[in-house]
Amino acid sequence: MGCGRQGFVRPSEAPRNAHVVAKYINQFTEQLLQALGMSVDPNSFAVSILGHVIAAMIHIFLLLNLVAVGALVFIWLERKISGRIQDRLGPTRVGGKFGWLQTLADGLKLITKEDLMPEGADPLLFRIAPYVSFCASLAAFIALPFAGQDMPFVAQHLNVGVFFILAVLGLEVFGVILAGYSSASKWALFGAMREAAQVVSYEVPLGLCAVVPVLLAGSMDLIFIGDCQTGWFTNWYVFHDPFTFIVFWIYFTCATASVNRAPFDLAEAESELVAGFHTEYSGLRWSFFFMAEYGSMLLVALLASILFLGGWNGPIPVARLIGLEEGGWLYATMWPGWGTYLACLLGAVNVIAKGCLGIIIMIWIRWTLPRLRIDQVMTTCLKYCVPIAATMFLGATTWQFVIPGRAFFGFLPASQTAFEVKENWSDLLALPRQATSSPEDAPTHDPTPNPQPPPAAETGPKQTHRPENSPQPLTRK
Amino acid sequence: MDTSIYWPTFLFWFFAAVCCMFAIGVVLATNIVRMAFYLVLSLAASSGLFFLAGADFVGAMQLMIYVGGTLVLLIFGVMLTSQAKFVSMKTSQFDWTLATLAGFCLLAVLISAALAIPEWKGLERAEAEALGIPQTATPLGMGLLGARVDAPTRSGYLLVFEIVSVHLLVVLVGAAYLARAKRKRSAAVG
Repeated sequence: MGCGRQGFVRPSEAPRNAHVVAKYINQFTEQLLQALGMSVDPNSFAVSILGHVIAAMIHIFLLLNLVAVGALVFIWLERKISGRIQDRLGPTRVGGKFGWLQTLADGLKLITKEDLMPEGADPLLFRIAPYVSFCASLAAFIALPFAGQDMPFVAQHLNVGVFFILAVLGLEVFGVILAGYSSASKWALFGAMREAAQVVSYEVPLGLCAVVPVLLAGSMDLIFIGDCQTGWFTNWYVFHDPFTFIVFWIYFTCATASVNRAPFDLAEAESELVAGFHTEYSGLRWSFFFMAEYGSMLLVALLASILFLGGWNGPIPVARLIGLEEGGWLYATMWPGWGTYLACLLGAVNVIAKGCLGIIIMIWIRWTLPRLRIDQVMTTCLKYCVPIAATMFLGATTWQFVIPGRAFFGFLPASQTAFEVKENWSDLLALPRQATSSPEDAPTHDPTPNPQPPPAAETGPKQTHRPENSPQPLTRK
Repeated sequence: MDTSIYWPTFLFWFFAAVCCMFAIGVVLATNIVRMAFYLVLSLAASSGLFFLAGADFVGAMQLMIYVGGTLVLLIFGVMLTSQAKFVSMKTSQFDWTLATLAGFCLLAVLISAALAIPEWKGLERAEAEALGIPQTATPLGMGLLGARVDAPTRSGYLLVFEIVSVHLLVVLVGAAYLARAKRKRSAAVG
């Protein structure tokens, strides 16, 4: 039931981006040093380390910037939007007209604050907890793509991207629990316990919702899922059928709850628990919790945009309309590869814009709805979100089974470009069908004794210790 | 001479060292919450080993189930039940001896087994570089759905997979049944 098994194959180096970047950097340094008149052994220890370390640094720098600068912008945005919703102005002074440097001023204030620790606290765990939260929030970005097709903008291309991100997202709660426990404060402990209960239960409907696009695309690869929604907005999975439309809203609710945003911010409910798990924190450590929170907000919003809202495919396929894709007129005027790069850059802008839109909606919800009680939070999850998500999952499966290959609530045929998307492992996929149809594999079911053992049965067990590593001998037959 | 660093080996030693270090930390720590914290780090490092081996799915599974699920529940349980005697635990001399003996016996068996099997010998570097990292999620999923990619003539694990799924569902329903709120009627009778 996937969206296509035929078409182009990605270049084989695409899954290992950092490795390719490292190779380029090594070549560059080599040429640079040669130009300076120094001869270098490309296989020497220092040079081989340099390329990979710089490549890793580039990826880390970009992701860290996205999270940290993102947090800076979103905190300012939150203050402005909340101000407007409450009929006031919000920050107006720092940095000019809109107070856009307010967060930087806040950051400076936080750095100058004293880093206090309660007397009965567990020093190691208390100190390390904010970083655990932040690391979990940041680590999930590793597998998040910002553009697809031939040139995926992703730090590490995983073919279980959705699953990895959900798994790592669930680890953020760990920092909160450690903070709550080690603070030696009843408020913090209560906050952490609420958080643990909430996150563990909301992972269930969140996973059920995220499975639906996986099911429609037939892959857990985020790049593949995004590429399946190419073309106009009618190909987005949110509009695929009525069930996915509802699933999207359930996903958004559960995502809001799983990153502890109001109305689900029970862990830090200031009307009941002072400040919940971060009651005892001050200064920079406190701000790390908030960087983690805004980082996870961005993450779930970006994930929503890739799973449901077409990812890097805008509502209108601008890149294709202006001829920026391969074969277009604008593409032909440029150096090879640049057109694809620009199209991907446009895609990255699209993804981030959709992510920001998701965050603005979360902020809007936070300042509009009152906070739920803890039992209402659990009821919302277990009595509403889980059953609805499960029913919608069944509905989407049935829909896909009854009316396959349609988009936009079944009114339109699925786009042809979506059928051309292919993962790089699909050579393996084609194999079982080939093998069962070819006569040489029949002898295993054949009662008549065969003097010559079937080649497939012979090579199968032998290759078991490294079969998938070498698809060439398997596919060539 | 090729002296360039081979990253998979380096990263293997790195993750293995982190994993072992924090595993020893679990044994030596006296505070039960710190033990759980070290266990998390140790398990996370072992999931790093899975990612390194190209088993993305198993690695993510390790993160989600062991690091994410089980340990959160463990810590949750520890926090609820943590009494003074568990917060700093004292291990008796006898327990130490017994545990050391058992642990080292198992270690000896595992090491001898690992070195004895010829298929588990490490590859030469050039050979390993030629292999490339496989993507394992699809063969795994296909195998569970009944089609073995590595051995096309063999049947997959569809029945086993279904039995396990149904079993899990039964356990979940049972847990929900056990955890449900008691009815008022029985309280009135009692």
